[in-house]
Amino acid sequence: MIELIQQYGLAYLFTDGQGFSGVAMTLWLFIISVTLGFFLSIPLAIARVSEHFWVRWPVELYTYLFRGTPLYIQLLICYTGLYSLQVVQDNAMLNQFLRNALNCTLLAFVLNTCAYTVEIFAGAIRNIPHGEIEAARAYGLHGWRLNMFVVIPAALRRSLPAYSNEMILMLHATSLAFTATVADILKIARDANAETFLTFQAFGIAALLYMLLSFALVGLFRLAEHRWMRFLAPTRG
Amino acid sequence: MNQSAQALAAHPTLVTETRPAARQTVVAANANVKLKVQDLHKSYAEHQVLKGVSLNARNGDVISLIGASGSGKSTLLRCINFLEQPDAGVITLDGISIEMRQGRSGTQAPHQAQLQNLRTRLSMVFQHFNLWSHMTVMENICMAPRRVLGVSAAQAQERARMYLDKVGLPGRVADQYPAFLSGGQQQRVAIARALAMEPEIILFDEPTSALDPELVGEVLKVIQTLAEEGRTMLMVTHEMGFARQVSSQVLFLHQGRVEEQGGAEILDQPNSERLQQFLSNRLK
Amino acid sequence: MNELLNLQGFGPLLAQGAWMTVKLAFLALVLSLALGLVAAAAKLSSAKLLRIPATLYTTLIRSVPDLVLILLIFYSLQLWLNDLTEVLGWDYFEIDPFTAGVVTLGFIYGAYFTENFRGAILSVPAGQLEAATAYGLSRWQRFYLVMFPQLMRFALPGLGNNWLVLLKSTALVSIIGLSDLVKAAQNAGKTTNDPLYFLILAGLVYLLITTLSNRIFKRLERRYNIGIKGMAR
Repeated sequence: MIELIQQYGLAYLFTDGQGFSGVAMTLWLFIISVTLGFFLSIPLAIARVSEHFWVRWPVELYTYLFRGTPLYIQLLICYTGLYSLQVVQDNAMLNQFLRNALNCTLLAFVLNTCAYTVEIFAGAIRNIPHGEIEAARAYGLHGWRLNMFVVIPAALRRSLPAYSNEMILMLHATSLAFTATVADILKIARDANAETFLTFQAFGIAALLYMLLSFALVGLFRLAEHRWMRFLAPTRG
Repeated sequence: MNQSAQALAAHPTLVTETRPAARQTVVAANANVKLKVQDLHKSYAEHQVLKGVSLNARNGDVISLIGASGSGKSTLLRCINFLEQPDAGVITLDGISIEMRQGRSGTQAPHQAQLQNLRTRLSMVFQHFNLWSHMTVMENICMAPRRVLGVSAAQAQERARMYLDKVGLPGRVADQYPAFLSGGQQQRVAIARALAMEPEIILFDEPTSALDPELVGEVLKVIQTLAEEGRTMLMVTHEMGFARQVSSQVLFLHQGRVEEQGGAEILDQPNSERLQQFLSNRLK
Repeated sequence: MNELLNLQGFGPLLAQGAWMTVKLAFLALVLSLALGLVAAAAKLSSAKLLRIPATLYTTLIRSVPDLVLILLIFYSLQLWLNDLTEVLGWDYFEIDPFTAGVVTLGFIYGAYFTENFRGAILSVPAGQLEAATAYGLSRWQRFYLVMFPQLMRFALPGLGNNWLVLLKSTALVSIIGLSDLVKAAQNAGKTTNDPLYFLILAGLVYLLITTLSNRIFKRLERRYNIGIKGMAR
C-alpha cells in the first residue's frame, strides 16, 4: 500500500510525468464540460420552452437523444465513430480536432451534460410563477431583457438543487475518460492495478479521491444554496 | 396525585348526570361501566403530558374532553386505543383490563391479540380525517370491516351504504376519492368508516377543528344524531356550545390532570378558577 | 431501407448483446429494488445498529462514480470469494462475469433506490398509517394496503429516473468484458470498419428501451396517482 502511494501518489494527484493526470485531469475535464455545458444550455433552455414549434423541436430532439442513450456510447461515437468518416479525415480542422482523444472526450461530455442541463433549466423556467413574468411585462420588460433580468436569474436559482445533482453526476461521469486513454484518476488506478495487482488498493484510492471531490462539491453547493435559495424559504410567522 | 381523579375512583356515584335521556338509565354507576381508565401517565422525553388521568364511561355516555391546547386531551384519547403507548395506568373494557407488558424501556404494547380486539371495538375519528387517499369512499369504509373483521364484500358494501346514508352522503359519493370531497364531506365519510366497524365506543379527536367554519355544522349534526341514539362516545372538542348540548360528562384537563369534571352544567357554572378562565377566554 | 439496415451478418451477435443488456439491467433492477427497500427500512429504523451501516452504505456508494465501483467490486469480488472459500474450507469456484455484473450493479444502484424509498416513505402522511393502526390492521396489512400504494406515488418518478440511469450504466459492463450490446457493436464496428454505424445502432436500441420504459412509468404513475386532485385524468 505504502509502495503504491509512493510510486503512484503524484500521478493520482497531479502528473504522470507526461502531463496533467489524476485529480488535476479529472477536475479539468469536469470544469470544462460543466462550464461549456452551462453556457450552451441557457439559450437552448429558452428555445426549449419556446411557443414556436420549429424553435422548440430541434432542442427537444437533441435532449431526447442524448438523455436516452448511455454517455459511453456517445463517447465512443465521438472518439472512434466520427473519426472513421472520410469527410472528417479530409477536413483539416476536423481532422486535427478529433484526432486528439481529450478533445473527443470533452466534446462528448459537453454535449451530454448540456442536454441534461437544458431540461433542468427549462423545467425551472416553466415553474416560475406566471405573475412574476406578467409583472415584468407590465413594467415594460420584453424580449432579451425579460429573459436576461427576470427569467434566467429566477430559473437558475430555482434549479440549483437539481443542477448541483447533475454536476455531481457529471463529476462521476468524467471517470469514463480513461476509456479514451485520457489520464484521469481512474486511468492511473487502472495502470497501478495492472502493474502491481493490488486491485482493491489501486481502485480504493481512486474511489477515495472521487469521494473527497464529491463531498467538496456538495459542500460548495450547500453554501451556494444557502446564499441564493433563501428567497424560497417559507416565511416564518 | 390527582385529587379529583382519586375522588372519582373512590366515589363513582359522584358523577352527575344531566342528559335527560341518559339520566333514567343510570342505576348504579359502577355496575355498567363500559370503559374505565385509571391513573394514566404519559410523557415524551422530559415533558409529562398526562400526570395520572382517570375516567369512567358507561354505556350511552357522551364524554367531552376539553382544555387548552397542550393540556393532554388528545394524548389521553390516543392512549386509550394505544396509538400512543401509556407509561403507566390501566385501561379496562367491559371489566377486562388490557395487560401491559413490562419491557426494557418501561411498559410496552399489550399483547397483540388483545390490542387488536380493543381496536376493533373502539373506532377513532381523526382531526384531519385520515381517509386513505388512494382508496374511494367505498373502499375506505369497507377496508377494515373486510380485512380485520372478515365481513364479506357484499355485506361490507351494504353496511357502507347504510352508514353513508346515515351521515347524509347517499349516492355517487361512494365512488369518489377523498381529495375530491369537501372537508365536511370527508369528515362525514370518516364517521361512516368508524360506524361501519360497529364499534362499542367511538373516539372523536377534535372532529371539527380542521374544518372551515361553514362546514362545522354538518359534521356536528351527524355527531348529535349519534349521541341521541345512545352511542357511547369520547370526544375531544373545542366546540363548547356543542359539548354543552350533547355531553353526559365533561372533563376539563389542565396540564395533564383532570382539573374539573361533572355534567354538562359545569360549562355554565364552573367551580374551578381555571375552568372559569378557560371558558371566558373561549367566549371572547 | 435495406441499405440502412445492412447488418453485414452481425444481426445475431447484436441481438444477443441486446438480450444480455436487458437481462443484466432487469436482474440488477430487481436486486437493487430489494436492497433499496431493506436499506430504506434500516435507515428509518430507531436501532442505531441498523441505521449506521445503512447510512454509510448510501453515502459512500453515492459519492463514488459507478464505473469506479464497478471496477473495484468486479475485480475484488473474486479475490474476496477466494478468501472466503479458503476460510470456510470450501472448494475454489469462479464467479461468472454475468453474476458478478448483476451483483455489482445491483449493489451500487441499491444505494440510489434506498434514498428514493426513504424519501417516499417519509412523504406518506403519518395520519394514513395511524388510521390503519387505529382500525386494527396488522403490521403487514398496514404495509401492503396503505403504506406501499401511497409510497409508490412519491417513489415512482425517482424510481423511473434511477432505472434509466441503471439501464444506461449497463453500457459500462462491456469495459469489464461482458459481451453486452455495446461490446457487440464495437466488435461489429471493428470488423466491418464502420464503427459509427454500429454504435449509432446500439444507441438506438438503448433509445428504444428508454422510451418504452418512460411509457410504462407514465402509466404506472397514473395508476398510483389515483385519488390525487389534478393528477388523475
